Formats: sequence, structure tokens, C-alpha cells
Amino acid sequence: MDLSEFLDVFLEECFEGLEVMESGLLNLDAGTDLEEINTIFRAAHSIKGGSAAFGFEHVSGFTHVMETLLDELRNGSRQVDRKTVDLLLASVDILKEMVEGLKTDETPDEERVTALKNALQAALAPPTGDKSTSNPAKEPAATKEQDIWTIRFAPHSGVFREGNDPLRIFEALAELGDLQAYTETEKLPSLAEFDPLNCYLSWDITLKGTLTEEKIRENFSWVGDNCKLDIHKLTSPADDQVPEIHAGTAAEIHNDTAPVSSAKEPAANKTSVQDTKPQANRESSSIRVSIDKVDLLINLVGELVITQSMLNQAGLHLMRRGGSESEALLNGLAQLERNTRELQENMLQIRMLPISMAFNRFPRLVRDLCNKMGKKVNLVLSGEQTEVDKTVLEKIGDPLVHLVRNSLDHGLETPETRLAAGKPEQGRLELSAQHESGNIVIRISDDGAGLDRHKILKKAMEKGLVSDKDELSDERIDNLIFQPGFSTADKVSDLSGRGVGMDVVKRNINDLGGTVSIQSHEGQGSTVIIRLPLTLAILDGQLASIGEDTYILPLISIVESLQIRQENLKSITGSTELYRFRNQYIPIIRLNQLLGNDAGTDDLEQGLLVVVEAEGQHAGLFVDKLQGQQQVVIKSLESNYQQLEGISGATILGDGRVALILDIPGLIHLFHRTGQQPAALAATS
Amino acid sequence: MNNNAALQTEKDAQTEQNTEQYLTFCLAGEEYGINILKVQEIRGWSEVTPMPNTPASILGVINLRGTVVPIVELRSHFHLTSAAPGPTTVIIVVKAHDGKGNQRTMGVVVDAVSEVHNINGADIQPAPQIGDAADRPAVAGLATMEERMIIILDVDELLINGVLGLPDEQNAA
Repeated sequence: MDLSEFLDVFLEECFEGLEVMESGLLNLDAGTDLEEINTIFRAAHSIKGGSAAFGFEHVSGFTHVMETLLDELRNGSRQVDRKTVDLLLASVDILKEMVEGLKTDETPDEERVTALKNALQAALAPPTGDKSTSNPAKEPAATKEQDIWTIRFAPHSGVFREGNDPLRIFEALAELGDLQAYTETEKLPSLAEFDPLNCYLSWDITLKGTLTEEKIRENFSWVGDNCKLDIHKLTSPADDQVPEIHAGTAAEIHNDTAPVSSAKEPAANKTSVQDTKPQANRESSSIRVSIDKVDLLINLVGELVITQSMLNQAGLHLMRRGGSESEALLNGLAQLERNTRELQENMLQIRMLPISMAFNRFPRLVRDLCNKMGKKVNLVLSGEQTEVDKTVLEKIGDPLVHLVRNSLDHGLETPETRLAAGKPEQGRLELSAQHESGNIVIRISDDGAGLDRHKILKKAMEKGLVSDKDELSDERIDNLIFQPGFSTADKVSDLSGRGVGMDVVKRNINDLGGTVSIQSHEGQGSTVIIRLPLTLAILDGQLASIGEDTYILPLISIVESLQIRQENLKSITGSTELYRFRNQYIPIIRLNQLLGNDAGTDDLEQGLLVVVEAEGQHAGLFVDKLQGQQQVVIKSLESNYQQLEGISGATILGDGRVALILDIPGLIHLFHRTGQQPAALAATS
Repeated sequence: MNNNAALQTEKDAQTEQNTEQYLTFCLAGEEYGINILKVQEIRGWSEVTPMPNTPASILGVINLRGTVVPIVELRSHFHLTSAAPGPTTVIIVVKAHDGKGNQRTMGVVVDAVSEVHNINGADIQPAPQIGDAADRPAVAGLATMEERMIIILDVDELLINGVLGLPDEQNAA
């Protein structure tokens, strides 16, 4: 059998498992939750089993040690503390490196692995409580031929008086295999009625190992008929997931044991142990499909949409000619339109993933950075289920990391400073995502010091970004930090401060067709707002025509479209054309000239001015006329040609013709660079 | 007997290995040929959407069943006199490699397609070095067919130099 085919799946599962472990461990910080430990344990167990099956012994060996430690947490013989969690997190990191190494056939630094393994083993070394519960060291790496037995043991209340000690039975059972016991304490009476000589307890036991029913029964022979005993064999599942029995209270076996006398009761009712395998909430019924296949489908649906709108136009022509069949045709076309639209929407949904996939790295990041900087920060995530296109999701990760780091480094203060400022010692960092009118809006807000406007202004003047005479609004000053090479950090730390952060963030976000801005209140914190399109595959566009050709303007950039009024037309030095728009002078960009389209009108009063906003600047694009608005499928120019300045892509219109999609920031750059009207920039600020 | 037949077939195969089919077309009275394996399809002339700030030889883009494909006017690329599209004007859609491992599709506008010839590799002679050779690196060689000269074009070179711009520009961008 060719295992390599499954290797990719295994690796992917490993990464998923590691993510589960990491987020689970971080949740443990907040408080011990048995469910959470179980989840982590299961993830570790799957990785161990899988890697053993593939023969990656270094991975399975390492995971085994981790698993042992996790098991102690699980059965309660070890308390969850920060040290253990730190150790486990470090192990997850190493494991991640190992698994990544499997992909590239590299093995990570032996020394570090051994050091960490030793640390794990050292942590395990102190004798830990309960022998009767489990002994993972005995568990073979690949649990192949093991049977799982569930035993329900409910001794008669007089079992102690007969001189029987259940603990001994359990100890004997533990020698047969991997044993987990759960004590049922429901029958325990109140203290007043409690008779220490009676046994009120019953147990659910899971035993894993190669054994027979007789062997198990042998151990209970002393108790004879004075108990309810029910032994079941579970067919061992292929993925060797042990049905989890509430493992928590096993330690109680030790406590209530006292030898005593007799009474009789027939062995009894079949009470099978219910399989309480906790539902991992991360599991969902899904299939893995390669993204290429999905993209191919999306492309095909895009074709269908175009064909449909071509048919629609043809249908309308026919309708005008009349005829009895034309109505039936039109009805059919209307239905086709509805169906294709729905198909397209649903198709695009397939590529949508929850933003939590970008958010889930932050608990760890924030925790680590806080440890490093001695800050106390409470990270609050909200709207993690907000869905966004996979491509957007992949590209937004790095900018977000930058912004969160910035908040931690520059925004949030040390506990002492915070207390001195009369704020709670623990800072608050909030990451939220939500849908707003066809966009996804991500906010990163902190309650830190906020931006220091004086410092920014000073720096901006040093760098020559603004002159002293400029009267800048607070908002404009704040947004200066997105200028290239801008950093006000007093010292450069290894976190941030080199000034190559914010402009990169801004560029990345602009590349995705989004915008970023910052709002800040001194002493109260700042909020960075990122606005992104939900998908890169379609775009809400405004169709504009110049001469015979149609161009698409992204609707998100358009502020207003207006008819040009002569009295608002101004000019500088006779050549630079400006338009007075809401008490602001904005440059007029004649698209026909910029795009080299001779057919367009040159008479300003014949056309329309589309006021657009990009990078905080307004500009007026002069076009012949506007047509409708529609969603267009974005086609790449680069796949067969190359990127063009001022053009972000192309689409295919209903009549089958190609229309270019304009890239507004690019156009404005192009406009300034071609040097038509260099003075215009200064006038707008 | 059998042996001889086998030998003969082998010989045929050998010649066949070196023989490739070329699609020839006319351009301002000259005859050009491109390897037929590079040709995806031949389309009638259709309106092209112009693109801003591109060389004059790039007419624009067309919609080829949902793919946006750039169109090169070969006349203007080879500095020949331009002519308005006539009834025989066609777009030859070719697949070419851009030298970086990507396959790209482009269309070339020609006056008319003529025919498909079998040309043996040995019969293709290098083009004489006249004038500025850098100006037409896409010419792979010359072949003679029925007393006519056929200019064999290298489609990949044509793509890299004619459509994607000079390599220097690529680096700068």
C-alpha cells in the first residue's frame, strides 16, 4: 500500500490536532476544565497513533511522554498549573516543528527535543497519586490488538463487612491492562444517615488490554454474588479512541475502603456503561476537497453567470420583436437568472471560512508577549464565526499580527504605569469581526495609552511628511502612522518599532481591496479599523463608459457622482484642474486622457464627475456617463498578461466583451506620477 | 522480409520524429509558420477591449470563453505597415511558456492562415543575421516549402518579448 497518499492527510490532521491542543492549553489558563483536558488528550493521542502507524518514531515517542503528563492532568493526580501548561505549550511547538519537518524530511534540533523530553519526564518523575487509575506507560504506541472492556461493578452495601476490599480488585485488574475507573457517588446518603461500614459506591470501569471475560470475572470471584457485575466487550474501534469514562473522580477509590461483612444479592440487571465520549465541538461533518477543485467550480459558475446574462440580453431583443413564444422564453430566462445567482452565491460560500482561523493564533501570541514584556493583558475575541473568503483570510493574518503586536508594545502600558494612571492593572485588548454592508470589518482596540499626537507630528515634520503650517485634523495626524518609515517608538524592540510595520500593514490591506484607519483617544486607547471585501472573486462595481468602452469602478471607493457645475471648476496656474467638492478642492482626473482613450469627451460639462476616495484622499474621475451597478466576476489580467498600473483586473460583461476594472489608488498614483498636475496633492491636504 | 518491413517502419518513425507540423499564415505578403502543437485554436476577428499604457502592438484583451486573453498585433510588433482587419483576418490563439514555468494563452492577429506543412527539423536553417538581431529574436529559422520561404517563429520568445515586455522591465517592476 502506498502510504504517501495518506501522508498529506495525516500531516493536515496533525496540524489540526496541534491547533486544538494549543487552544485547549490556553483555555486551561482560564480554569481547569476536564472536557478541555480530554480534548487535548485526544488530539495528542491521535497524533501519537498516526505517527506510529507511519513509523515516525521520534514523533510518537515524544507525544507519548506528553500524553503521559496529560493523562495525569486528566485523572486529577496532577493539578493544572502554569508551569505544566508552559511546558506543554513548548512541547506543542516542538511537535509542530517535528511535523513540519516530516513534510520536508528534516528533523528538528535533536538537543532541544531531548531537552524538552527530559523536562517532561522530570515533571512526571514525582510519584503521582493513583495507581489504580491508569498506567499509560504500559500502553503500547500503536494500540492494535487491544480489546476494550467495560465493567459495571456495584457491590452490595455489605461488601466491606464480608472482608472484601474493592481497591484490591482494582489493583489486580490494573495489572491486566490499562484501567480507568469512575466512581458513582449518587447513592451516598447525607452525613447524618451515613454508615461508614456500608458501601454506597459503585464503579464504572474501562479496561483496555488483551484479556478474556473469565480473567476479569476471576478477580471478582471473592465478591461472589454480593454485587451487580456487568462485563461487556466493546469492539475495539479502528482509530482506537477509548470511550471516555468520566475520569475525574477515580481517586476516591482510595478513600472509602474498610473491610467488613456479608449479605446476599443476586447478580443482576444489565446496566451497560453508556459511551460518554465527549462530543468534540470542533468536529463537524465535512469533507476535505482540494481548493483547486472548488476554484474550478467557482470559475465555471462565473462562466454560467456570464452566459446567463448574455442569454438575457438576447431574450430581451426577441421580446421586443414580439411573438407568442417570447414570453415563455423570458420566464425561463428569469428562472435561469434566479438559479444561477443562487448557485453563484452558494458556490462562493464554499470558500468562506470563519475568521477564527486567523484569530486563533492570538491567545498564544498575546500570552507569550505578555510574559516577555511583563504586561498583563486580557484578550477578548468576538465575532470569530464571521465568515470571509479563504484568500482574504490567508492574507490578513500577517497584518493582524503586526497590529496586535503594536498594541501590546506601544499601546498597552505596564501594570505599574496603568495603576499610576488610575486604570485597572490588567489591560484589555479586543479583536472583533463583523459583517457590515457587504464588507467584513475587523477592529483591534486596546485601552492603552493611545497615540501621542505631539510625538507623531514632530516626527512627521522631521521626516518632511507635513510642514509646520499645515493644520491637520486629529484623525489625519493619527493616520500618519501608516506612512512608510514611520515609528515613534523610543527604542527599537524585537517586537516592533522599526517603522516597517504600519505601512506594510496598510499596503497589504490595500492589496486586498480593503482600507485601514485608526481612531485614538489619548490615555484611553486606540482602535484600528480594517475594512475588507468578503471575497476577492466578485466585486460590486459601477459601470462607467468612456467613448465606446466600459470600465468598472469599485463601488466601495465611490463617494458621490455628480454633474459638473461651472462655478465649482477651479484651476491652478491655468493647467491643474480642481473641483470644489464639499469645501474641499479635489483634483480632476480625466480618465479618457489617463487611460489613453481618445473617444471620450473632453468637455467637462458633457460628462460626469465620480468622486472617489483612496488612501484618505479624494479625487474626481471624469467619465462620459455612468451605466448600471452590478456585481462582476473578477478575472485576473496577470494569468495571461501582466499587471497594469491603475487596473486591478478585468471582467466579462453581459454582451461577452471584456471590461477593465479600475484600481482607484493605482490610478491616483499613476495620475500623480505622470506629472500632469503635481500641485494638486498639496492643495488637497 | 518481416525484418525489412520493421526496419522500414523504424526509419519512417525516425524521420517522423524530426518532422513537425507547422501552421503557416500570411502577414504583409510574408509567410510565417508556428509549431502546430502550440496552437490552441483559430478564431475569427472580434472586437478587442483596449488596455491603457501598453505598447501599440498589444491591441487589448478578448474574452475567450471566460478567460481574459491579450491580443498581439503581429504586423505592428514586427514594424510592418498596419492594415485594417479584413474578411480573412483571424486571431490565432497560442499557448506559450513564459520561461518561468507558467503556461500563458495569447492571441496573435494575422492577415490570413494558409495551411499546415510537415517540416523536418533538419530543413530549418538559421535566419541570417541582418541588422539588429535583438529586434526579432522570435524568429527561430527559415524553411523552404514549394519554393516559398517560411519564417518559423518561436512562440515562447514571442510571448516573452512581445507580450510580457522586455526582461529588464520585468525585473524593475
